[in-house]
Amino acid sequence: MTAEMLAFAGVAVVLLASSLGVVLTPNLFHAILYLAVALVATGVVFLLLDAPFLFGVQLLLYAGGVVTIVVFAIMLTERLVGTSIRQTSRYLVNGALVSLAVFVGVAGFLVQAPPSAPRPAWPGDLTVAVGQALVGAFAVPLELLGVLLVIALLGALYFARSEG
Amino acid sequence: MPLGAYLTLAALVFAIGLFGVLTRRNAVGILLGIELMLNAVNINLVAFARFHADLAGILFTLFTISITVAEVAVGLAIVIVIFRVRRTVEADHLDLLRG
Repeated sequence: MTAEMLAFAGVAVVLLASSLGVVLTPNLFHAILYLAVALVATGVVFLLLDAPFLFGVQLLLYAGGVVTIVVFAIMLTERLVGTSIRQTSRYLVNGALVSLAVFVGVAGFLVQAPPSAPRPAWPGDLTVAVGQALVGAFAVPLELLGVLLVIALLGALYFARSEG
Repeated sequence: MPLGAYLTLAALVFAIGLFGVLTRRNAVGILLGIELMLNAVNINLVAFARFHADLAGILFTLFTISITVAEVAVGLAIVIVIFRVRRTVEADHLDLLRG
């Protein structure tokens, strides 16, 4: 068993366990903390895939930004962190059946797929390559992304404004 | 690890996220499930990018992460507004548009 397999197995266990925590825990606040663990574990998967730049982005935007926003939303909508935040789920059996069916469907394709070739060589410094692509072939999508973020900012401001 | 291992892991996370979306009553809980599903897709994109040595998958992931953050910000703003108006974030109670 190589070190990479050990690392993958460890991060897979953490990712799956925290994902189950997100959807199963009755306390919504705990669900967010589990989500933070799952997001960091996803970042580690990116590291295993030789993409350290994405690991940084994942930590900054997802684990930092999204978790903070969601915690804010829960504080605002539940006010008292405690009993009121407990919530029940519904259709547990139906939901499990549907998601199991989706997984079996995807896994069926994966089983049929021919075994993948080993990883090809990776172009030197990934961060340099990403930076050059962002101002080269992907310059227009990057600008559109900036427009989208401004629109999202304005939209959130519009929703959050006080009446009158 | 072969490509299939990463794809299986992503499929499992996607299924778990779908389970959360289907079973959660709270709108914030549903959003958390959607986050998990988006994460699984990102794992797929990066895995394919790595095993095909194609930078496009990495850049797509960069874009989806940024767009998701914007989506969460707007989605939670909507949730807060709904809470202000209706005093609930239970998805089942938000049936104003039901015919």
